[in-house]
Amino acid sequence: MSTPTPRAHAVRLGLRRGLADFRNMLRAPDDMAWNVVIGVALLVYLVTQRHVEVPGAGGATLPDLAMPGILAAVVVFGMVMGPAFALSADVEDGTLLRLRTTPRGTTTYTVGVVLAQVLGALPMFVILLAPWALLLGDPMHRGVAGWAALVGWIVLGTLATLPIGIVGGALAGRTTRVLLLVMAPVVALSAVSGVFGPQTIPGWASGVVQVFPLYWLAHGLRSTTLPPGAEGLEVGGAWHPEIAVLVLLAWAVVGLVAAPAVLRRTAARQTAGALADRLHAFLQRG
Amino acid sequence: MYYMGHRADPAIAVTGLRKAYGDRTVLDGIDLEVAQGEVVALLGPNGAGKTTTVEIVEGFRRRDAGDVRVLGVDPEHGDDAWRARIGVVLQSWRDHRRWRVGELLGQLADAYRPYGTPDRPRPRPVDELLARVGLTDVADQRMATLSGGQRRRFDVAVGLAGRPDLLILDEPTAGLDPAARREFHELVHEVVDLDGTVVLLTTHDLAEAENVADRILLLAGGRIVADGSPAAVARDVAGPSEVRWASGGQRHVHSTHDPVAFTRELLATTPDVADLEVAHASLEDAYLEIVRRHEAGQPLEVTR
Repeated sequence: MSTPTPRAHAVRLGLRRGLADFRNMLRAPDDMAWNVVIGVALLVYLVTQRHVEVPGAGGATLPDLAMPGILAAVVVFGMVMGPAFALSADVEDGTLLRLRTTPRGTTTYTVGVVLAQVLGALPMFVILLAPWALLLGDPMHRGVAGWAALVGWIVLGTLATLPIGIVGGALAGRTTRVLLLVMAPVVALSAVSGVFGPQTIPGWASGVVQVFPLYWLAHGLRSTTLPPGAEGLEVGGAWHPEIAVLVLLAWAVVGLVAAPAVLRRTAARQTAGALADRLHAFLQRG
Repeated sequence: MYYMGHRADPAIAVTGLRKAYGDRTVLDGIDLEVAQGEVVALLGPNGAGKTTTVEIVEGFRRRDAGDVRVLGVDPEHGDDAWRARIGVVLQSWRDHRRWRVGELLGQLADAYRPYGTPDRPRPRPVDELLARVGLTDVADQRMATLSGGQRRRFDVAVGLAGRPDLLILDEPTAGLDPAARREFHELVHEVVDLDGTVVLLTTHDLAEAENVADRILLLAGGRIVADGSPAAVARDVAGPSEVRWASGGQRHVHSTHDPVAFTRELLATTPDVADLEVAHASLEDAYLEIVRRHEAGQPLEVTR
């Protein structure tokens, strides 16, 4: 039997941990119900709008135009809010401390939480995309190559946004503060980022949203899925997938440098005394 | 490679340890040593610095000053191989609620796999651990369904999973019923006997300290104010034993540091002794005396 290095062993344990976490998530009725309710509500709305053709979009319907934005929102919400809530909950309930008492536990934890959160976004994609073709027709105008590009955008979007969730969750520390510090800005940003098409971006916000990954991920996805002619609706009236790639890569690089450092700092602060204090505060609140 | 330490080197050696939170001094020059094979209880009122001391020993908290060696290594620079030799028993309450008991113990125990040696295989088999802490029947249940007592036993199982050289427990039996507490004490004796594990625990429970520990360190006002066997600490802090008896129709009381010699003398010289009673200073007396002096702002040092 070959002995893996301690680091490789910790990474492998983290993968196992992430899979187990994902399995437990699939079996948790509250988590799945949340996915199903939102997914079905979106589909129902889009089905009612399936014949609405958007002027100047090269014949694309409102659902056609909305789909890439919705996928972008699923990535950003899932990869920012998911890890932020998971991490703050794990800090609060002592999960991170538990791992820290074991050798290389922080590595195992990090790999586990990343894998679980990435897998955790899959049910929503399935709920949205599986019935799409039946209810709304083929959402992709470029065939197999288009689908491959779509997967590429989603992977890039995940790399750009997941570290934001890790940093947000580690810095917020408490679940209640994640609501304020992470969830509120993301919801506000998505409200003005043109999830249902760039024409819904208010004029004043156009500069702001172009700093963040959500706009560019949605733009990139639209450039892939929409038919020729739809670019007339974009800011500036043209596709700029190369700018989208650069902006997303920049966020990914900064995030992948910052997230491990912030996570290490948070893990190093986990002590049994702090956990006991939280327990006592919790018990006193009743 | 880390420094393994010789058999005779102390498992824990602390000198001049200081720690303050802001301008509140918690540890004001702690010296303590835990030898190989010892079970030592750290006792003291709330806020005495027990948890802070333990966290510094575990390498989870930085110190302001002093020298700390745990298994021959400064905990602030302990690597993973060092961490693998230390078992930590947490006071957990709600982490990993969705995990199954056996699944989680297996996952945590596996972290120790790369650190096993031929004479100290790591981790301990999960089935054996579950059986030893009495959780075999709930191995397939979710963590959320465990009672408080079962969760404490799970915490102990996690602490023992890596077959540690040093086991550190902070208030290990808080929330356990008397039967589970007795089982826990037996478990500690067993790991000490079988694996030669060194144990450092904090507790509020004086009976537990007397039951489990070879030696007690009484912590108050940021210092160690008593250090010795439970009986010695009781005697040193709470004072002499009392001998009570009746003779000639009268009741008598006499305080003495050597009740055996006094009683022998008494029985030899007084023929009509009745209702003879020897009351030793209890550890509880000692503890309450320390807390009283601490709260009254009196000097805490005792002569040893």
